[in-house]
Amino acid sequence: MTVQPASHAADPMVPRRFRVDRAWSEIDGVASIELRPIDGGPVAFKPGQFNMLYAFGVGEIAVSISGDAAQRDRLVHTTRAVGAVSRAITQLNEGDMVGVRGPFGSAWPIAGQTGRHAGFVAGGLGLAPLRPAIYHVLANRSDYAGLTLIYGARSPQDLLYADEVARWKSRFDVEVEVTVDHAAPGWTGRVGVVTTVMDRALAGGDPALISAFLCGPEIMMRYGVMTLEAAGVGLDRIWVSLERNMKCAIGFCGHCQFGPTFVCRDGPVYRHDQIAHLINKSEV
Amino acid sequence: MQTHGFEEILSRHPVFAGFDGATLALLAGCARNEHVNAGAIIYFEGDPADRMYLIRHGDVAVEIGTPERDPIIVETLHPDDILGWSWMVPPYRHMSQARATTDLRVVSLDGACLRRKCDDNPALGYMMFKHLLPHMAQRVRALRLQVLDLYGTASS
Repeated sequence: MTVQPASHAADPMVPRRFRVDRAWSEIDGVASIELRPIDGGPVAFKPGQFNMLYAFGVGEIAVSISGDAAQRDRLVHTTRAVGAVSRAITQLNEGDMVGVRGPFGSAWPIAGQTGRHAGFVAGGLGLAPLRPAIYHVLANRSDYAGLTLIYGARSPQDLLYADEVARWKSRFDVEVEVTVDHAAPGWTGRVGVVTTVMDRALAGGDPALISAFLCGPEIMMRYGVMTLEAAGVGLDRIWVSLERNMKCAIGFCGHCQFGPTFVCRDGPVYRHDQIAHLINKSEV
Repeated sequence: MQTHGFEEILSRHPVFAGFDGATLALLAGCARNEHVNAGAIIYFEGDPADRMYLIRHGDVAVEIGTPERDPIIVETLHPDDILGWSWMVPPYRHMSQARATTDLRVVSLDGACLRRKCDDNPALGYMMFKHLLPHMAQRVRALRLQVLDLYGTASS
């Protein structure tokens, strides 16, 4: 599904100016910012979409939107400092300005899954692009048969949105399983990869009822899809979000080409059966 | 020894679910119930691997000791998981240590007893390995993913 940029942007290559309303550290090397548009106009996006964030004088990168789509006056982005631009974005402070182009790309089709069990599988910072979809299900919980989140991270110190995940876990109508790759004594949660937890979560359930949404390292998603498929979940009910080197965000430059598609325009969210023939090809 | 209860417990475990009554009765002769208090070490690295544990209730942390540092938890195990594979492989010594992170109830099976019965009855031995191997393979696949340290470079 392709979603066109918001109509207020006459030219999708021209950034809109936003002010940093809040900035905070999430975990080591990862920070979130809440942005408000200078023009005071509305902000609209769908869960799973991304924006191009422009750190003035440094450069522009694609960052998924991690806030609540129901809040039409602000944007929230969570970024890990891995390069010059992302580092500049993680170092922004309240009152700083950024340029924003977007939203771009396809969305999690979460609104179309009513009556089904929404299963979210997140790895590392992959929870950020899934969070808007989780917010949607939480806000409309009675429309869905179930909500399960399986979240894996490197260590307990690397768990993103830990307080919020704990609040979700405390709800009686949400299943949350958190696992880490390794931990020191004192950690009372799970240690192991997400696929191990998925096996347990899927046991005894009705796979025909599950719509699964995966975001994280591509290898994790590959094994996650294999686990879902082995449990009987159809590939046409599994969506993944891919990450490639996105530059123009409108399908012109070709940097993010993925087979016959461009991740910025045709992705980042893909239904798995539509890309299953591409996902394991190292040339792609 | 009363083994009837063990047969029933074994028959409900994913590994032994396909075993017939006579085979379960044979295995039940190697079984006993154990309770471990939260925080207690079940076995240390290098200890003789003389038992296989079927977790009935509670959680276990599998740890690797590191010099002058706290041990690292590499895996946690939960109800219906199996703890301890080393009883199958010479020199029958544990390669890690296991700690109960909660009060724990397990059925433990004597490794020497199992090996003897498998040696005496190759059909039983084949069946045991055929049913245990998929679980071991699943654990190896999971550990492969774990050593890739996938989340270290992920970004949003």
